[in-house]
Amino acid sequence: MSSTIAVNTSSAIGNAAAADTNAPARIAVKKLNFYYGDFRSLKDISLDFYDRQVTALIGPSGCGKSTLLRTFNRIYSLYPEQRAEGQILLDGQNVLLPSIDVNELRARVGMVFQKPTPFPMSIYDNIAFGIRLYEKLSRSELDGRVEEALRKAALWDEVKDKLRQSGMGLSGGQQQRLCIARTIAQRPEVILLDEPTSALDPISTGKIEELIEQLRSEFTIVIVTHNMQQAARISQFTAFMYLGELIEFGPTTKMFMNPSKKQTQDYITGRFG
Amino acid sequence: MDTAVYDHPATTAHAPWGRVRRSRHVADRALKIICTLFTGLGAFVLGWILLMLLVEGIGGLSPAVFTETTPGPGTEGGGIANAIVGSLILTILGVMIATPIGVLAGTYLAEYGKNSKLATVIRFVNDILLAAPSILIGLFVYILMVQPMGGYSGWAGGVALAIIAVPVIVRSTEDMLRLVPGSLREAGAALGAPMSTVIVKISWKAARAGMVTGVILATARIAGETAPLLFTALNNNFWFSPSLMGGVSNLPVTIYQFALAPYENWRQLAWAGALIITLSILALSIVARLLLKKDKVR
Repeated sequence: MSSTIAVNTSSAIGNAAAADTNAPARIAVKKLNFYYGDFRSLKDISLDFYDRQVTALIGPSGCGKSTLLRTFNRIYSLYPEQRAEGQILLDGQNVLLPSIDVNELRARVGMVFQKPTPFPMSIYDNIAFGIRLYEKLSRSELDGRVEEALRKAALWDEVKDKLRQSGMGLSGGQQQRLCIARTIAQRPEVILLDEPTSALDPISTGKIEELIEQLRSEFTIVIVTHNMQQAARISQFTAFMYLGELIEFGPTTKMFMNPSKKQTQDYITGRFG
Repeated sequence: MDTAVYDHPATTAHAPWGRVRRSRHVADRALKIICTLFTGLGAFVLGWILLMLLVEGIGGLSPAVFTETTPGPGTEGGGIANAIVGSLILTILGVMIATPIGVLAGTYLAEYGKNSKLATVIRFVNDILLAAPSILIGLFVYILMVQPMGGYSGWAGGVALAIIAVPVIVRSTEDMLRLVPGSLREAGAALGAPMSTVIVKISWKAARAGMVTGVILATARIAGETAPLLFTALNNNFWFSPSLMGGVSNLPVTIYQFALAPYENWRQLAWAGALIITLSILALSIVARLLLKKDKVR
């Protein structure tokens, strides 16, 4: 059985840096439950996300991985029928408390979505949008921050001559890197990626994956992905979820080579899901 | 066994060609012909109106139309300059009052109220207002403003026109904002932008062309309204007074009065006025269409 697993994923495993099991936890989820109206879609999730590591959330559609991601910046609270119970500690502070300012939280925990979402404004203003919300900078300082963000997102060389043009005019892959640049321009601590490459072609996907690997040195990254090869390629830790429960969590290499739960093994070998 | 695969049902003895009854073909063609015919009828009537306006109106156009004031009974010549300017003032006044109310109410419905009970009620009331007879609105403003203020005024006219424009703008603003994908709002919120910033900087910006189009179409709508002005701005033969108190001459009511008059020069001016109003509304509609088209290309 384990030989099948090795065949399926051996090409991808080992590409990513090894998991640093000594890294401190940046986000600690404790007994988290989530409800859409009366429907309980997360069940007693407890899980740590480590500092400057990439953690992949995998599992079949509807397992709650995106839901879990959307609790970290409380983006779900835009919808009144959704609520979370339990604790999510960001640097020890429970972000689910009503006293926490959600907008400040979201500036610290950035998010990139499945479909690229450039704002209907220039490339420059797209990046500056988030910075302007929380910082009063001079023109030249702002210019510097925009360039820094675009460089980190590996987009600078492609757009440096058209910063004043609309962000909507870029290709899908460029738009997604623009969204990543927009997020890191705010200098968050954590970056949440919700299937960031599922709407992109393989070349753009490759660029985003390279980018994630580079960003890991600065940010704690959580990525939801349907693509197990991708999880194996870019993450240090993997959490497998099923029907709203956390089935297994561990270093990615162990999860893919030698999972301890039968369900995990069945999923990553493509037996269901 | 093998032949069954290639045996298309239509070629077997059980399912010959010509299964579709002739009457179905006839009915099919008949519906197409009837629809085309009635479309043509509608277009023909519209074309007829426009042609008649052009023929009669162009004859009435002269420099004097744009420079002289409306003539009194029995006087020769004259123009409708005061009515054109008065209409402009009333329309602009109406749009200026209606736009902030309409845009903000539409924003409330699309961004805050959504499917709440209050929003549903407001949406329903707005739809009723959209279909309200305009003469009723004229009477309403007569009681609300003209009686207490002791006379007709441009202000009352502007308010009456605004009441007609508001539901149009509310509706178009809400519709356009609802077309803005929710993912864009989430992306704004995810950067830590408060809802007000998301609405003003992202939603409004994304829906801008459509919202402006809505305001332009509302302008076109009120530019030709007669009934609400009859009880409010009334009409007269003079230039408006700067305070906008007293009657303010305007095109629709001038057309209404002059077209029924026994004087040839009045009827000529009525035609010219009708042509000017129609062309202005046509121009506004074209601008609105171009704006939307440009937005789609972008």
